Amino acid sequence: MTMKTLFKAAAALTLILGLGTTAAHAAGDAVQPPRQSWSFAGPLGRYDNNQLQRGFQVYQNVCAACHSLSKLSFRNLSEKGGPEFKPEQIRELAAKWPIQVKDGPNDKGEMFERAPRAADRFPSPHANVEAAKAANGGAAPPDFSVLAKARTYTRGFPLFLVDIFSQYQEQGPDYIYALLADGYLKDGEKPPIAVEEGLNYNKYMPGQKISMVEPLSDGQVEYTDGSPATKAQYAKDVTAFMMWAAEPKLEERKQMGFRVMIFLIVFAGLLYYTKKKVWADVKSPKTVQGHAH
Amino acid sequence: MQGHSTYVPKSSAAKWLEARLPIIGLMHSSFVSYPTPKNLNYFWTFGGILMVMLVVQIISGIVLAMHYTPHVDMAFQSVEHIMRDVNHGWLIRYLHMNGASMFFIAVYLHIFRGLYYGSYKAPREVLWILGVVILLLMMATAFMGYVLPWGQMSLWGAVVITNLFSAIPLVGETIVTWLWGGFAVDNPTLNRFFSLHYLLPFMIFGVVILHVWALHVVGQNNPTGVEVKNLKKDTVPFTPYATVKDAFAMVCFFVMFAYFVFFHPNYLGHADNYIMADALKTPAHIVPEWYFLPFYAILRSIPDKLGGVVMMGAAIVILAFLPWLDTSRIRSGSYRPTFRIFFWVFVFVCVLLGWVGSQDTARAVMKFGDQTVLTMVGLGQILTAYYFGHFLVILPLLGLFEKPGSLPASIAESVLGGGYGTPVGAAASPEHKG
Repeated sequence: MTMKTLFKAAAALTLILGLGTTAAHAAGDAVQPPRQSWSFAGPLGRYDNNQLQRGFQVYQNVCAACHSLSKLSFRNLSEKGGPEFKPEQIRELAAKWPIQVKDGPNDKGEMFERAPRAADRFPSPHANVEAAKAANGGAAPPDFSVLAKARTYTRGFPLFLVDIFSQYQEQGPDYIYALLADGYLKDGEKPPIAVEEGLNYNKYMPGQKISMVEPLSDGQVEYTDGSPATKAQYAKDVTAFMMWAAEPKLEERKQMGFRVMIFLIVFAGLLYYTKKKVWADVKSPKTVQGHAH
Repeated sequence: MQGHSTYVPKSSAAKWLEARLPIIGLMHSSFVSYPTPKNLNYFWTFGGILMVMLVVQIISGIVLAMHYTPHVDMAFQSVEHIMRDVNHGWLIRYLHMNGASMFFIAVYLHIFRGLYYGSYKAPREVLWILGVVILLLMMATAFMGYVLPWGQMSLWGAVVITNLFSAIPLVGETIVTWLWGGFAVDNPTLNRFFSLHYLLPFMIFGVVILHVWALHVVGQNNPTGVEVKNLKKDTVPFTPYATVKDAFAMVCFFVMFAYFVFFHPNYLGHADNYIMADALKTPAHIVPEWYFLPFYAILRSIPDKLGGVVMMGAAIVILAFLPWLDTSRIRSGSYRPTFRIFFWVFVFVCVLLGWVGSQDTARAVMKFGDQTVLTMVGLGQILTAYYFGHFLVILPLLGLFEKPGSLPASIAESVLGGGYGTPVGAAASPEHKG
C-alpha cells in the first residue's frame, strides 16, 4: 500500500474511532447547550483555585442540602490541583459540617455519631436512596462526585470527529451550566409543553422536565472575593467545582501528558533516523556492494 | 522457514543451558536471526504493536485488580477509589481503559492488512484461523472488562449481550440463568466476569504463542505476495532491521495512545458509565463500545432474535473460512485491480456499519417528502447483506473472473525497483501457490 492508501486507512480509522461516541444521549427534543469557556479546557487547561473555592461555597450553601458528594473526602479540598483550601480551614469546615458521620462500634459495642474529620468522606444528606426519593418528590438528587463526567449531549457527525483534535470534552460542564443558568423559565414565561405537578420545565433537560426547582438566584451566596453575586456566576463556579470533583487529577494528568508526549516524539525521531541508517544498505544496492564483507 | 537457527552459545553457562533447554536458541531464531521479507511496509508493524498492547493490558490490569472490588455495592466506588486515592491510579485506569480501544484499533488494522494482501492464503490458513480465535477471545475479554466498573452501560450492556443466549432454542433460558449465576445480571455475574476477565488474557497469550509459532513456520507474507525465493536476496534478519522498524512504529502508536490517555481519556467511552448501575433504570440508548458497533448493527438489522445472534456470530466466524472463499491465486491486492476496489468498498461498509450501530434504529436515513424511504435499520440490512456478500459472492467470483496485474519476479526485484513488468505466468508463476 502506498502513502495515499495509508492516509485513506487513517481517515477510515478516525471515522471508526469517532462513531462509537455518537451514542445519542437522550430524547432529541432537548436543546443543545451553548459552549462556555472553561479554564480547565484544552491541553494547557488548569483549574482556577478561586473559582473552585467559590464553587464549593455554592455547593455548601445551596446544593449540599440535597446532593451528596460521597466519593470525596474533606481533605481533597486542600489537595494540589483543587480548591486548595488550607488544611486548618478544612479541619474547621469538617468539624462544623451540619451532617454527622456514623462511626463505631465503640468499646461498649454501640454505633455512634460524631463530627466529620478531614479524612472522612462527605456524609450524605440522606440516609439512603429511598430516603432521598421520599424527601424529593420521588426523584433522588444525583450524587455530585462524578456527575460532570456522567452528563453529555449528542455532538453528531462530523463534530464528534473534530472533537478528537480540538479536545473538546466539556459537554458535561456545558450542559450542567446551561441547565442551571439558563434552562428554567424566566419570569412570566409559559412552558411550551405540558408540565405535570411536581415537575419543572427546563429546556436543556432530556425530556425538558426536571424535578429540581430552580436552585440558583441572584444574591443567594455572598462571595468575599468581589465576584458578581449572580445566578450565572454561581452556575459557572459550581459547575467548575463539579468538574474538579469528577476529575481531581486533571492538572497532574495534563502536565504529565506533556512530558510523555515530548519524550515519545523525541524518541520517535531518534528511532526514525536509526531505522533509516540501519536500512540504508537494503534500500540502495550500491551501498550493499560498498559494504560487502 | 529454513535456515534461521544460527545461534551458537558463547559462554559456558549458555552452552550448559542450551544443551538442556535450548530456550536462548529459540528466542534467537525467533527474534534475531528470523528472516523477514525486506519489502514489508508499516502495516506489518501491527503484530509487534499488538504484542506490546497485550502486555500493557495485562500489567495495568493486574495492578487494577489489586485495588478493585468485584461486588455490586462496591465496584463503582472502588474504581473511583482507584481514580482518586491510589497513587497514579488514574493513570493506570486510563491506560487500561484506552488500551482496550488501542488494542482493537491495532487488531482491526492488522486484520485489514491481512485482507488486503491475502495473508490468509495457503500456506497461512492455520495462522489466520488462530488470529480469528484471538479476535474472539479479545472480544469476550473486552466485553467482560467493560462490565467491571459497574456503571449503567456496564450493567445494561451485560443484560443485552447475555440475553442474546436466550435465543438458543430449548436450552436458551437455562444457559442464560447459568451465565448469570441467578435470575438477573447481579453480583454472581459480576464476580464470574471478573474472574474470566482475569483469565482470558492469559489464554490470548497462549494462542498468540501458537500464532507466532505458525508464523515462523510459514514465514511472513509481504506486500507483493510473492514467496521468499532466495533468503539472502529477499530477506533481512529480524534484528536489527525489523526490531528497529517495529520500535519506531510502536513509539508512533504510543503517541496516539498517550494523546487519548492524557488529553482525551473519556472520548472513547460513554458518559453513562459514570452513573452507577441501576437495575431499575434503563438508559435511553444502550450502545456497546465502538469496537463492537459494526457487529451490533448486524445483530439489530435481523428482525428475528435468533437470526440476529446467528448472523452476528457468523460475521466473525466467516473470517475463518476466508482462505477457501477467496478463489484468486494472486495473494496481494496490489496486483488485483478489481479486488482493490471491492476491498475499499468493504472497508467503507464496515465503517458505515459501525455508524449505524451507534444510531437509533428508527431514525430516518433518507426521506422522500414526508415519507421515510430508508430507516437506520434498513440501511443496516443493506450493509449486512453486502458484508456477507463480500465473502460469499464477491470473493469467490472475483478470483475466477478478475484479470490480475503482473507480479514481480521476486521480492528483491520489487525492492530494487526492477519494475513490475514481469508478465503473469513468466518467472513469477502466480499459479504456483506458496
